[in-house]
This record gives sequence, structure tokens and C-alpha cells, in this order.
Amino acid sequence: MSDIKLSNEEIARYSRHLIMPEVGMAGQRKLKQGSVLLIGTGGLGSPLALYLAAAGVGHIGLVDFDVVDASNLQRQIIHGTSTIGVAKTESAKRRLADLNPLVEVTTYETQITSENALDLMRPYDVIIDGTDNFPTRYLTNDAAVMLGKPNIYGSIFRFEGQATVFYPKEGGPCYRCLYPEPPPPGLVPSCAEGGVLGVLPGVIGTIQATEAIKLLTGIGDPLIGRLMLYDALAMRFRELKLRRNPTCPVCGKFPTVTDLIDYDHFCGIVPELNTLGSQYEITPRELAALLQTDARPYLLDVRNPNEVAISSIPGTDKVIPVDQLAERLNELDTSLEMVVYCRSGVRSGRAVDLLKSAGFRKLKNMVGGILRWADDVDTSMAKY
Amino acid sequence: MATITIPTALRQYAAGYSSVSLEAETVGSLLRGLVEQHPTLGKHLYSEQGKLRSFVNVYVGDEDIRYLEGEATPVTNGDTVSIIPAIAGGRK
Ligand SMILES: [Zn+2]
Repeated sequence: MSDIKLSNEEIARYSRHLIMPEVGMAGQRKLKQGSVLLIGTGGLGSPLALYLAAAGVGHIGLVDFDVVDASNLQRQIIHGTSTIGVAKTESAKRRLADLNPLVEVTTYETQITSENALDLMRPYDVIIDGTDNFPTRYLTNDAAVMLGKPNIYGSIFRFEGQATVFYPKEGGPCYRCLYPEPPPPGLVPSCAEGGVLGVLPGVIGTIQATEAIKLLTGIGDPLIGRLMLYDALAMRFRELKLRRNPTCPVCGKFPTVTDLIDYDHFCGIVPELNTLGSQYEITPRELAALLQTDARPYLLDVRNPNEVAISSIPGTDKVIPVDQLAERLNELDTSLEMVVYCRSGVRSGRAVDLLKSAGFRKLKNMVGGILRWADDVDTSMAKY
Repeated sequence: MATITIPTALRQYAAGYSSVSLEAETVGSLLRGLVEQHPTLGKHLYSEQGKLRSFVNVYVGDEDIRYLEGEATPVTNGDTVSIIPAIAGGRK
């Protein structure tokens, strides 16, 4: 480790680290020698990548398959207006090259899967899941446990965030010790439908970056065995104890998960088109034509009122947020032909499933939701 | 009286409340009292078999009830009981 030298350029750049005894020349060399794999360059990944590169972490790997969209920029501060439409890995790499050309950045424009996860993670010291969805969360956890690497966890929802470090090799728990199984889809809302305060991933991602720097330099008390909870509205931090579960399926004494599995299946995610038969679907163009005729269907919007305030299809008969639908079935008439819509077609698909099981039959889900309506029918409509 | 904090993700099923204070002897009776007040919360906390769901953890103070006495864990005046569900930001 001591054979790695800092150049004069690096000494000038990292001087505020070097003059602190806790980091100093030894710590900065460890950062230069260190490597971090960041899965996702979105809300959490943005501050993570920026601070890790600025701090001088020698090698940063970025995994993402998405492209930058205007709706990302409210929180994904590594990207910019000039990189809308560019691959997120490439956009992030350009920003990092400007921030600190002395660090090496490797990009993987791919989705992390059970097939590639171990190979992607193997060369890195620290793993950070910044994608924040359940299949990737379990995949990252299981692969990191199998490789004996620390996995720095962060999760966000609306105004609330969580962070911890999973590191069974050092005696701490893993994600499966905390939650052996994921929630079935629909029981816990995700931020795609719940929204997120733009600065929230900044706070949680920065906590994750702090822990990565501490692990690489070996300073301070790592956030192992403690779950940090942050509530932005109350502006309150709390800490809960996390314990290693001796019967954990991955890091327990007798693990039952010893190979990576199919995590979409494990999380109950099935391809959307297969869940509903095509007789239960209608395209925005078909609906628009139907609305001009006497056979005009009953139009049900299952979005939240604050979304309805942004844009809605003219002539909508009723708004019932999908989470209230089960209790408000009595407001609907089974004898009417009904078309259900939401933003993208996912929640309305769930609503159609629920209505089907409640005995409704004359139902159609508007595929692609209001986003596709804005593309195909009314291009003046605002997309969000 | 003990106070249950309700996480953002589940507040919509509890009339928007962030916490509820109830009289109860154990964590189990506290949670059931909460579900009585907000029945829709029930299916998010309990499985069809009436067991606490595996993606919902419950803490008394800073300790997980799985490492105390489970739902039989006693609560005393002024205790804070927290419901901590698995959350994820999305994309999938
Ligand atoms: Zn474990």
C-alpha cells in the first residue's frame, strides 16, 4: 500500500484531506488504491459518484443502462440539460472527468443481472447499490455476501430515507437478515408512483459516500449493524439496531441461497403484458376514436389528485386513486363499459386486475397511460 | 400510552397520520388497536394467516421485536414503537 505515491498535482488537489491527521497521506493513498462499484447513476448514484471522485477514490465503476431524461434532473445532479438523451454512464463519466481527471472511471452500459453480477463486482473493494429497486437490492446483497464485500445500502421514499452498511464478513448483518423476503408488488408503493423530494437522495447518497470513504481509509465507526433513518419533513435522524440473523438464508450458518437466483421472479415481477389479456386493453388512439362515438365508455382515472392537477383526459368521469379502489368499488357500476387509465398504464393494469377479481368484466386498461396519450393523441399535453 | 410511528409509505392507509398513541400492554395488542382504527392498514401489516409480514419490521425503541419477545414484547408508558417496512425507490 505504501508503494503508491501521490503526485504533486494530487497533493495540491487533496490538501484539505492531507492536513487532517485522520486522513493524511496514508488515508489518501488508501483512497487512491481503493475502488468502488456504483450500481446505478440516478438519484443516489449522482452524489455518490461526485463525492467519491472528488475525494480521490482511485477507481470508480458505474453500472447503468438508462439514458438521461429531463425528469431526472430534479435530483440526479451528476447529469445536466446538455446530456439529456445521453447514456447515464457516459453523461456521468463526462462530469467526473471534469471534476477529477485523476481518477479512473469504468462504465458498464448494462443492467446488472444474476449472470453478470459476480463478474462486475469481483474487481471492486466496496459495492454500492444506488438503483433502489427490490430485484437489484436482493441481487446486490446476495452477490456481495457471496464475494465477502461490503454493500453500502441506501433507500428513499418521498421525504424519508434509510442507510446502513451490510458487511457479514465483518460480523454485521445483510439485507436478508433485515428483510428475508421482498414485499409482493403493490403492497408497498415505490417512488415511481410516490414521488421523491429532490434533495433527499442527496442526503442519503452522501451518507453512503461517507461510509465508503470510511471503509476504504479504515477511519471512524462504520454504519454496520445500525440502520440510520432520516425524515426530511421532521428534520430528524434516528438509529435502530440491526442484528445478524443466524438463520439468514444468505449469510446464516446454513445458507439456503448459495447461487444467484432470478430476482425479478423472486420479487413477483412478471412482464406486464402477460398479466392482462389483450381483450382487457385499449390504446390511446383507439380510446380517442371511441370517445367521438355514441359508444363512449366510462372513463376512470386511478391517479392521485395532485397528478390529475397536472393533466387529465377530457371527459374523465371519475378519479379514484388505485390504493382507495378496493374500498370505493360501490361508486362504480359493473354494467358500464369502463376504460381505466393512469400515468404509464401500470397502476391502471393493477386496477383492472382488482376490478376483474371484484366481478367487473366490461373493462379495458389504457396501455401506456397518459404518457402515450400525450404522444399519440394530444401532443400539447404536459408529460410528467 | 405508547406511540406507534407510521412510515411515510404506509401513511396513506392510516388517514395520513404519522403517529398514533394507544393504550396497550404488548406490541401485538398495540398493532391490533392500530389496525382497528385503520382497517386498510391490516393487509399491509399482516398476512392472510394473521402473521406479521416478513417485509415489515417492528421496533420498540431501537430494538427489533424479533430479538425481544415478538408481538408479546411488553410496552410501557412512553415507549415508541416503530414500523419499518422495506422501501425501494423504484425503476421497477
Ligand atoms: Zn444475512
